[in-house]
Amino acid sequence: MSATSFPLARIVRLSVLSLGALVFLAPYIFMISTAGKAQGDIFTSSLSLIPQQWFYVQNVSKALSRVSMGNLLFNGVVVCLLIFVMQIIVAIPCAYAMAKLKFGAARVMMVLVMVGLLVPIHATALPLYVAFDKAGALNSYFALVAPFTISVFGIFLFLQFFRSMPDDLIHAARLDGMSEVGIIGRVIVPNAWPAITAFAIFSVVAHWNDLYWPLIVISNQAYATPPLGLLYFRAAEAGDDYGALMAATLIITFPLVAAFLLAQKRFVEGITMTGLKG
Amino acid sequence: MAEIAASSRLITHSPSRTTDQGEAATAWLLSMPAIVLIVVFILLPVAAVIVLGFTDFELGYAGFKFVGFDNYAELLTDRTFKRSLWNTAVYTSLVTPVSVFLALGLAIMIEKESIGRSFFRTAYFLPVASLLVAMATVWQYLFHPTIGPINAMLAEIGIQGPNWLGASSTVLYGLSIIGVWQSVGFNLVLFLAGLTSIPRELYAAAEVDGARSGWDRFRLVTWPMLGPTTLFVTTISIINSVKVFETVKTLTEGGPNKASEVLLFSIYQEGFVYLRVGYASAMTVVFLTILVVLMFIQYRIQDRQVHYT
Repeated sequence: MSATSFPLARIVRLSVLSLGALVFLAPYIFMISTAGKAQGDIFTSSLSLIPQQWFYVQNVSKALSRVSMGNLLFNGVVVCLLIFVMQIIVAIPCAYAMAKLKFGAARVMMVLVMVGLLVPIHATALPLYVAFDKAGALNSYFALVAPFTISVFGIFLFLQFFRSMPDDLIHAARLDGMSEVGIIGRVIVPNAWPAITAFAIFSVVAHWNDLYWPLIVISNQAYATPPLGLLYFRAAEAGDDYGALMAATLIITFPLVAAFLLAQKRFVEGITMTGLKG
Repeated sequence: MAEIAASSRLITHSPSRTTDQGEAATAWLLSMPAIVLIVVFILLPVAAVIVLGFTDFELGYAGFKFVGFDNYAELLTDRTFKRSLWNTAVYTSLVTPVSVFLALGLAIMIEKESIGRSFFRTAYFLPVASLLVAMATVWQYLFHPTIGPINAMLAEIGIQGPNWLGASSTVLYGLSIIGVWQSVGFNLVLFLAGLTSIPRELYAAAEVDGARSGWDRFRLVTWPMLGPTTLFVTTISIINSVKVFETVKTLTEGGPNKASEVLLFSIYQEGFVYLRVGYASAMTVVFLTILVVLMFIQYRIQDRQVHYT
């Protein structure tokens, strides 16, 4: 329509969008640039993007020597993976029972799910912390993972998805003599990949980035997740060594950003489908 | 229709009572892990928070006693808490409108544009997929009063930039800028999904009816059709702003002078640093109440909204 017939409007629109994109990408540009600058360079010329001396190796090795980045990333992967796998194992059978089986308690379950959607970890953290403390379970993968093994949002999402699956599929499987568990494993899951991928993206983004709960239950660096590790690194650096700090942020931001850039279509679909966050 | 379908299902299935019972038993079995975990990790903790809010429980001290509404009475006179409620409200009222309307405007422009659509979407969405604690550190550098690029740029045009995160008068603005930057992409993607679901014919029909300008088309078609999306995006944005924590913890620790003390940070400090669990529980109840009220308002508006689709 107006896009082709009125080029001036189009030029304005493209300039606004480009300028906005530049502003939104500016933090990344400065992060990459500053990660390669020597201390003196940072203090004298903050607006020139090309480092006068290339200091990437020095800054990166400094970042790697202060905090073991490998350990942080490993913890992040382990925690996110455990959470996701547990959430799937718990949520899919439950959602299947609610959607496709004659289940008297389905209504009550729906209420539980709706209540659960309203309650973030910040609201349950205090009693959970006291309980974990009493049980001597602080500073462990168990403490990081356990409260998130139940995702009412996951149940909600899979419930919506399963409801739209044809009943005939399940009846046919039953006639073939499959058990309900067999149906879930061999009929439901293979047909639910779009929902599972969407949920995986939602879950990983949420828990990779979460600071609140790890900050509470972890005081031993060995179990630090990426956000927590970065917090330790900042405290140890006492602020002003921005070269090393930017190198550290670069290393720690990279995995998820790379994953996003590689699979951005799925990411966007996933976020649109799940719609919820945090 | 639904009733007919339901009753016909009843008829076909009623002869096999035993299989029905078997099915119900299987359903219980399949949902049992979820039920147990919901009770253990959601219902019991919420009940415990409410109960603890009426006690003087402190971690590290043996025993506790019930103190009635003492904690809540203390909250009413607690200047730090009142400050943190106020700051959270200010932060939310800065971030939510800007991030919702900026996202809407950008989504409309991207939707109309044929080239670079996926590039723009990626660029604006990138902050959502980035580690916020890490990017907050980058923003701290950008905002640095002497060596930061933002103030260096302002200096180029002859403006002396403020000490963004270091001065109590500007710290909330600094945090809000980060908040907007971080959340626009998420809202944008939801708006794009909403926009693509608007039938093209509606625009053609509006044009026939005399809606010549782009503004008319927006006012008569886009805005009303996007109603449910806008309500959803707004609610999510408000809730996420009320839950602001990462940037505050990373960059300001509530300072300077409690100028960036926000709700979750106060709860964190009281509960997990000073270990005053009872008092922090009362704060948590206030926080939960705010969330419940927000959801309630959303449901009420949703009920009243006209649904076009």
